[in-house]
Parts: sequence; structure tokens; C-alpha cells
Amino acid sequence: MPSRDREELLSALKQAQAEHTHLSRKVMMEISRSLEIPLGEVFGVATFYSFLSSGPRGRNTIMICKSVPCYLKNSEMIIETVADEIGIGVGETTADGRFSFELTNCIGACDSAPAMLVNGEVRGDLTPKRISQVLKSYR
Amino acid sequence: MPEQRLVLANCGIIDPSDIDTYLDRGGFKALEKARSAMTPEEVIRAVKASGLKGRGGAGFDCGLKWELARRAEGEEKFLICNADEGEVGTFKDRFILENDPFTLIEGIAIAAHAIGARRAYVYLRAEYHHLLDLLLGAIGQTREKGFLELVDVEVCEGAGAYICGEESALMNSIEGRRGEARFRPPFPTATGLWGCPTIINNVETLMNLPPIIAKGPEWFASMGTAQSKGTKVFSVSGDVARAGVFELVMGSRLEELVVDLCGAGEVKMVQVGGAGGNIVPAEMIDTPLSFETVLGSGGITVFDESRCVIDIVHRNLEFFADESCGKCTPCREGTEAMVEILGRLNRGDGVERDLDSLEDLSEVMMLSSLCGLGQGAAVPVQDSLLHFRHEYEERIEKSLFLRTFHVDGPS
Repeated sequence: MPSRDREELLSALKQAQAEHTHLSRKVMMEISRSLEIPLGEVFGVATFYSFLSSGPRGRNTIMICKSVPCYLKNSEMIIETVADEIGIGVGETTADGRFSFELTNCIGACDSAPAMLVNGEVRGDLTPKRISQVLKSYR
Repeated sequence: MPEQRLVLANCGIIDPSDIDTYLDRGGFKALEKARSAMTPEEVIRAVKASGLKGRGGAGFDCGLKWELARRAEGEEKFLICNADEGEVGTFKDRFILENDPFTLIEGIAIAAHAIGARRAYVYLRAEYHHLLDLLLGAIGQTREKGFLELVDVEVCEGAGAYICGEESALMNSIEGRRGEARFRPPFPTATGLWGCPTIINNVETLMNLPPIIAKGPEWFASMGTAQSKGTKVFSVSGDVARAGVFELVMGSRLEELVVDLCGAGEVKMVQVGGAGGNIVPAEMIDTPLSFETVLGSGGITVFDESRCVIDIVHRNLEFFADESCGKCTPCREGTEAMVEILGRLNRGDGVERDLDSLEDLSEVMMLSSLCGLGQGAAVPVQDSLLHFRHEYEERIEKSLFLRTFHVDGPS
């Protein structure tokens, strides 16, 4: 049977990200050492998955769905509204570290499109007014 | 044909956080029957006789797949429930997990009994992390009631990758690797997770097992068409009055679903099966939904007359280019090239030979991509060229004309 030495890698990366908000080179080196997996492979896995981040992230992560069902419900307006509200563009983090802002593919909330994930929680049926209310609840 | 709830029979009726409400509705009776009154071979024969096919999109014969895994040599065998529902516009499995995790767990236990697996994984997509506690709670309650003594069910969370819904990439992800597709053969039934015989079944496929075992394969096979038995759960969104999840007998017409149930008006086209699904133009809206015609994952996106087909197909391809795992060249390079071509057609920079390029690329990707991602990416391109070629041609003609006004002359 092929070795099961990699089994813990993905969960270790996720746990490390939860602790440090992102996977710095230092964190990846520690994981590489403790699990005895070459750093290149740790890096390969860490950069493959969109929910893992090798760059710094804010305390709260906004992921707006950019796929077609949300697009049909004017997700572009939602993206603009969020950018205006928090004053940064897609792929950026606010200077105070409060928000990171990303786009993502279908999150399976098409029945409440346009929708987004904030820290993994679904926020759907978005309107400019609702976005303002939603974002206020994150510190 | 009105809605017929077989898979969704308990949704909205039981309390998904309380196993007793499921037991009151006859829950786990099918599992007891499968374990006490049927051998694994008899369970497999029943599933084969029912005609159940995979509900994740590929439509492979479920009983046949099980038989291959059952017969495969290996001390350890695995069952994986694919809850990595990433197909664009598909949220039926989310609805099932939210409303009735117990039938799913019963289905997992029946499947594990049939193939001889002592360990089962539920691979849950990272986007559905909000369902994790409910699912773990349901597994815990089922274990406490003693129904999981023969099979250990564990939840493994993804980390954001559409490709991991593809079975070989999914196994790589559980093994802690990059979620890249594997070359086949060998197939997972012989060499799957950690090299062991493995069955990967979609959430909805497993949901069908308790009713099949409880009511018998003949009852199940009496519903549907020649090649598509039972029901199908659909998730409908886009330009409709009532987006949501609906269950219909196989062979029901697309029109019944999108117009009668979901209230769509002025339909231009419907994409059936997510971003890589077939595009059905309005004049073919009476098409039956089945494996023989169009089906896929059951994700249905409706587009009204205001939508531009080139814009939509371009967005579909941006999705695939984003999500291609990069392992095989036809998909990695093909999706990027298609985004480039469709982008320039959409912007008004297209030329006539772009359509030939799209056709050539589609054919290569269909024939030579390693998995369904690259093959599926070509489907909306081919279908839109088949049904809406005039829109592409009009756009090019108009673009060429407008470009004659450029200061530098025609490009």
C-alpha cells in the first residue's frame, strides 16, 4: 500500500492558517520539518487550494461569488459596493487588517444570489444596503 | 408531471439535528434489512436491478461499479461520499445536507456493507464549511445509536478547488496532495485511495439507497425512462421567479421544471449541468431530462432574452481556466486559449477564423483531456456554436465594420 505520510498535510496547513491567518514561508518550513515532507511539496499543496493563502490576510475574509448564477443577479454591483465600502480592491487587505477581499467561484448559494462568504458564512440576497449592514457586524 | 419526492422525502419534515425524528419516519430500517436479511452480493444485485446511475454528473451504473470494487482484491476497501459539489449552479447536495443528513449516512452504511468497506469518508467542500457541525452532529448521533459499529464515517474537508469533485483529484486531496486528476486505468475500483479498491459516490446517489432497499428495485425501476430510472434532484437558478431545489421523475421535460415550477419567462436558453453542461435553446425547451438527453449534475441555469450567449460562454470558460488543475496540456492551455478568443469576440475584437479555432480547440479538448473538466469545458462552446452561431457571426461582422472607423484603418 502506498504510504499514508501525506494524510495530515492538508489539515495541518488549514490549522496553521487558522492560527496565523496565512501560510508564511516560516510556517510552511515548520510543517515541512514536523511532517517530514519536502518543503517544495508543502508549498505545492499550500498554493494549489484557493482557500489557503500564502500572503497575509485580514481578520475577516470576504469572498464574493463571481460565477454565472450570481453574475446574472448583478454580482458586479456587489463587488463594486464592497470595494467602495471598505476602500480596497480585489486581492487586497485593508490597512487596519480588518478585511481581506477576494472573488471566488460558485459557492452553491445560487438560490440566494448574489451571494458571498464572510469567514465561511453565507451571506445571500445581497443589496448595497444589506452589504453595509453585514460588514458592520465584523470587527 | 408534478414534483415527486423520493430523495427529498424527509427534507423539511425531519429535524436534521435530531435523529429521533428520522427514526420516527422509519429511518435506518433499510440498513437493518440490508445487514440482517441480505448478503452484500444481494444488495449489489438489488442496486443493479434498480438501474441506479451516479447522480454527480457522469451517470455510471452504480451497482456495476460496486460489483467491481467488491470483487477487487485488497484487504482494505474505502467508500467516499463526494460532497464536493462545485459544479456552477448546483446546490442540491447542500440542500440535502442541510435538511436530511441521516438518509445520507444510512446510504453510506448500506454502500459500505455492499462493497466491504470498514471506513468511509465524506469529502465536504470548503465552501460548505458552514454545514460541518450539522453533519458531524448527525454522524455522532448515528454512532451513538449503534448504526455505525461496522463502518467508521469520517468527514474530510476540502480547501477550495472545483477539480476535487473529480474522483481521482478528490482522492489525491484526501491523501494530502495537490488535487490533480490521475491517469486511468487503473480505475479507483481497483486502485483508489492509498492504492486500495475505492468507491466514490455522489451525495444524491447514496440518498437513493435506503428507499431502493426498503421498497425494492422493481418499484424504483418502474419510474423514469429506459436508461434513467428513479428521480433526479435539480437546483434551478438564474432568470427565474422561484430559484430552488426540485425533484422530478427522470424523463420530465425541461419546460415543466423551469417554466411551470420555477416561473421562467422569455427564456432564451437553459444550461443543464453547470458550467460544462449542455446549452438548450428555448425552441428545444420540451427536451426530457434524462441520461439519454441532457442531465449532468442537475444544476440548471436559466437565461432570458436579455442575455448575450458569448458573454455567458466566456464566463463559463473563465471558470474552467481558473479551476483547471494544470496537469494535462489540452485542458490547461485549451481553457486559457478559449478565454482569450471568447474575450476578444465579446469585446468586439473578433475575426472570422476565431470560430474555427474554437471548434478545433473543442475537439482536441474533448478527445484528449485527462478528466471531465477539460472535456466539459468544451461543451458550452460547441453547443453555443451549434445553436447560436448566428450571434457569433453577427458580432464578428459588426466588429469588423466598426473597426473600419479606426484612425489606423481596419486591423
